[in-house]
Amino acid sequence: MKIDHSSTIKKLAKLGEEVLEQLEKKKNPEIDVRLRSLNNVYFDEKDRLIRLGNKVQKRSFFNLNQSKKFMQTMLIASLCKELLEQDKPPLSIRQIYYALKRTLPNSNENTFDAQKETDPLIEDIEVIIDALREELNLIATPKGVIAGPLTIRDKTSGDDINLAKMGSAGYSVPAIVEKNTIDFKHCSADYVLVIEKYAMWNIFNRLKFWDKNNCIIITGKGQPARAERRLLQRIHDELKLPVYVMMDMDAYGYYIYSVYKQGSINLAYFSEKCAVPDAKFLGLKVSDYENFSVPKTALIKATKSDMKRLDEIKKYDWFKTKEWQKELKDLKNFGYKIELDSMVTKGVDFAVKNYVPTKIENKDWLD
Amino acid sequence: MASIAEELAKKQRDISIAEFFEKNRHLLGFDSKRKSILTAVKEGVDNGLDACEEARIPAEITVTIKQAGTDRYRVIIQDNGPGIMKKQIPKIFAKLLYGSKFHALIQSRGQQGIGITAAGLYSQLTTGKPTVVTTKTGPNRPAHRVELKLDILKNEPQIIKEEIDLDFRLPHGTKVEMEMEAQFVSKGSSSIYEYLRRTSIVNPSAQIIFNDPTPSKFIFNRTTNKLPKMPKEIKPHPYGIELGIFMRMLKTTSKKTIQSFLTGEFSRVGSTTAKRVLKKVELHNATRPYTLTREQAEKLIKTLQTEKLMVPPLDCLSPIGANSLEASMKTELSAELVVTVTRPASVYRGMPFQIEAGIAFGGNLKSEGQAEIMRFANRVPLLYEKSACAITRSIGEIDWRRYGLSQTGGRGVPYGPLTVAVHMASVWVPFTSESKAAIASYPIIVKEIKLALQECARHLRNYLKRQYRRQRDQARIDAFTRYSKELAGAIADLTRGNKEKIAELIEESLVKNTKAMIKVKEGEQ
Ligand SMILES: Nc1ncnc2c1ncn2[C@@H]1O[C@H](COP(=O)(O)OP(=O)(O)OP(=O)(O)O)[C@@H](O)[C@H]1O
Ligand SMILES: [Mg+2]
Repeated sequence: MKIDHSSTIKKLAKLGEEVLEQLEKKKNPEIDVRLRSLNNVYFDEKDRLIRLGNKVQKRSFFNLNQSKKFMQTMLIASLCKELLEQDKPPLSIRQIYYALKRTLPNSNENTFDAQKETDPLIEDIEVIIDALREELNLIATPKGVIAGPLTIRDKTSGDDINLAKMGSAGYSVPAIVEKNTIDFKHCSADYVLVIEKYAMWNIFNRLKFWDKNNCIIITGKGQPARAERRLLQRIHDELKLPVYVMMDMDAYGYYIYSVYKQGSINLAYFSEKCAVPDAKFLGLKVSDYENFSVPKTALIKATKSDMKRLDEIKKYDWFKTKEWQKELKDLKNFGYKIELDSMVTKGVDFAVKNYVPTKIENKDWLD
Repeated sequence: MASIAEELAKKQRDISIAEFFEKNRHLLGFDSKRKSILTAVKEGVDNGLDACEEARIPAEITVTIKQAGTDRYRVIIQDNGPGIMKKQIPKIFAKLLYGSKFHALIQSRGQQGIGITAAGLYSQLTTGKPTVVTTKTGPNRPAHRVELKLDILKNEPQIIKEEIDLDFRLPHGTKVEMEMEAQFVSKGSSSIYEYLRRTSIVNPSAQIIFNDPTPSKFIFNRTTNKLPKMPKEIKPHPYGIELGIFMRMLKTTSKKTIQSFLTGEFSRVGSTTAKRVLKKVELHNATRPYTLTREQAEKLIKTLQTEKLMVPPLDCLSPIGANSLEASMKTELSAELVVTVTRPASVYRGMPFQIEAGIAFGGNLKSEGQAEIMRFANRVPLLYEKSACAITRSIGEIDWRRYGLSQTGGRGVPYGPLTVAVHMASVWVPFTSESKAAIASYPIIVKEIKLALQECARHLRNYLKRQYRRQRDQARIDAFTRYSKELAGAIADLTRGNKEKIAELIEESLVKNTKAMIKVKEGEQ
């Protein structure tokens, strides 16, 4: 089956045409690149998203410091366009580096010397033409797995896939989950449960939590890759399902929640397409310790770096709500962290049968 | 007691200078087999060049070295100079301290009257063979061939054989032949080859031919037909006179009165000054010079030296000239850049002198290691006693890093593809010893050498800067050009346009931009 890449192809062509036009008007070729550095990242209070600001930097071909980058940017763009036109399978960002690396004629200079030269330029192109890397047919390695009463159509093969019939492994989140590639055919779930780590997701899957509670369960195996986040947003936005997130009770767990919810600083330009500002933080939170009589053996003393990270995230604008500031303060005072995995101290099926259903029923979450 | 002293005194007089130098031949540069042959060649070549210069003849010197046994060589030096009067030959070649230049304050290579006789003496001591001199003073005159030895005890020449040489081909000139114990090295910093090469650099009007024993022939061509300006003889200046010499002058002068002695035998002593000084030391103006006691002489010269006198005339010197030096360094060194400087003449201890310097950079010069240093005094290369020399010292005291060169800790000889040449011209070069190998470090001499070198170095630095900029600009243009080709391809692919046409557009704007770039650069300067 042929995937429709026409809109991205058009955007890439437009980039080339703009440069050509400048040349024809005897102007020095320049492109505007929105800055992706921290000083151009802000938290949009209204939409509750991390966003990229409007600061742009000119990249000019006849500025020696930028000339090579300019050329490299165009090389990447033209290769992407070519691959899209030929409907080739997507390449990883490492493969793109190899595909473009060669020696410039009559010199010992290479087009690219390391992947760290291509990576940021790919992100530049994403912001320049306002297209996702996935739309450019480039992929990052996805990690996530998902299961539940959702049937999707994979347009690359034309298969309909019922995520309720994926056995113990679940369905691996594909690298590209854009509309032109993945369609939602059918869904009867009532909500989505995001579980930080695979081990706990595995218990939820094996005990058919998604079947009994009519929901979708997904894990990004720690810090999620782009595809899991993008897929979660699409499920939330298009299927209108609420999203609950379950993380370790420590600064890292809380931060990963914020990545699902508000996006990240590094990929600020991507938040709009991947964040789920409505997502709710189910736990673990400090009050759960008493509410669910978690045994002391589940506690791990917080380290210095845990404390430091806590102080850091406390300062992030998106954690500056009253209830979050309190939670972070409580956690600091508590002085311990609790991993999701430790819930097995209360029985293997405690989280499945007791914790999550209780929390959802009581609406015991943080926003 | 008195008779013993008398006896001793008699014996002391009997120790001839020749005998003394036999024991101290290292002072004359005859301390090793390797150095001795070089010194012999040097004495012969120096004399030949001096003679030609004095006679205003463009010099043509031929040096031939032939192997004559194990560690034994025959050295033949021939010049096209004015030749030597027959009756002079024995004294010149077989009497030490006999020369025309010792008493004259004039810029010349020889100054002591020892050189060629010492070479002959060395030859005689190591092989027992006589020095053979063939000389001819004009086209219609016979060439005399004389075999000579030196009577070591008497410091007197001994003629072994004398004849007319019908085979001598030159219209005029002198040929000196000696056989000596020696070691021959073909190349390297203290080789005859190197000595002649350097000689040719500072004697651009001389043609030098070298037949080495291998045998190979080397020709160092003249780079100019212009003869150097004739140096002028000057009278000594009181500031540079030592008591001993002053006393000797008092004894030998033809002047009848002390006043005319002072005004006539010295530079810059007028009759007013002479009268004033004589009054100060309570001597009558008409005193006969030879009657002065040691005490009177000492008082007189000391007082004269405290007088404010004009510096001696400076136009007596004959520098190589910055242009000629540049031309010959260029020819001989095939460097990328040669800069030369001739300083205005200056004075040390009453002696006029003048410093010239040249720096050659890049091209065929070897880029590893320290710079090659070429030292010259009155157009003679100095190959030995490098570290004792004012030139080496001055080079080492300059911080070459300021001029874009590398140097360890800002002292010593700089590194890089570099030849640094310094020439001192003077009516009397203050050598550190009779072997005339190193210049003494008078502060004013060191200062002048440094000023000359620093001026050259500034030119070099500017050149290096320009060159660096040019390379950088070229590298930029090259980079743009390389990237342009890629860019054209990418834009053509993105727009489905015509690659050649796009390449042309980029090329056009590249040309426009490089022009702008270079304009900005010029504005900066
Ligand atoms: N090739 C020559 N042609 C003409 N005259 C010569 C030649 N060689 C030597 N003379 C004369 O003989 C003199 C003595 O030469 P010698 O080399 O012994 O001493 P010098 O050159 O005066 O001083 P120095 O000891 O510094 O070399 C010279 O001053 C010069 O007048
Ligand atoms: Mg001499």
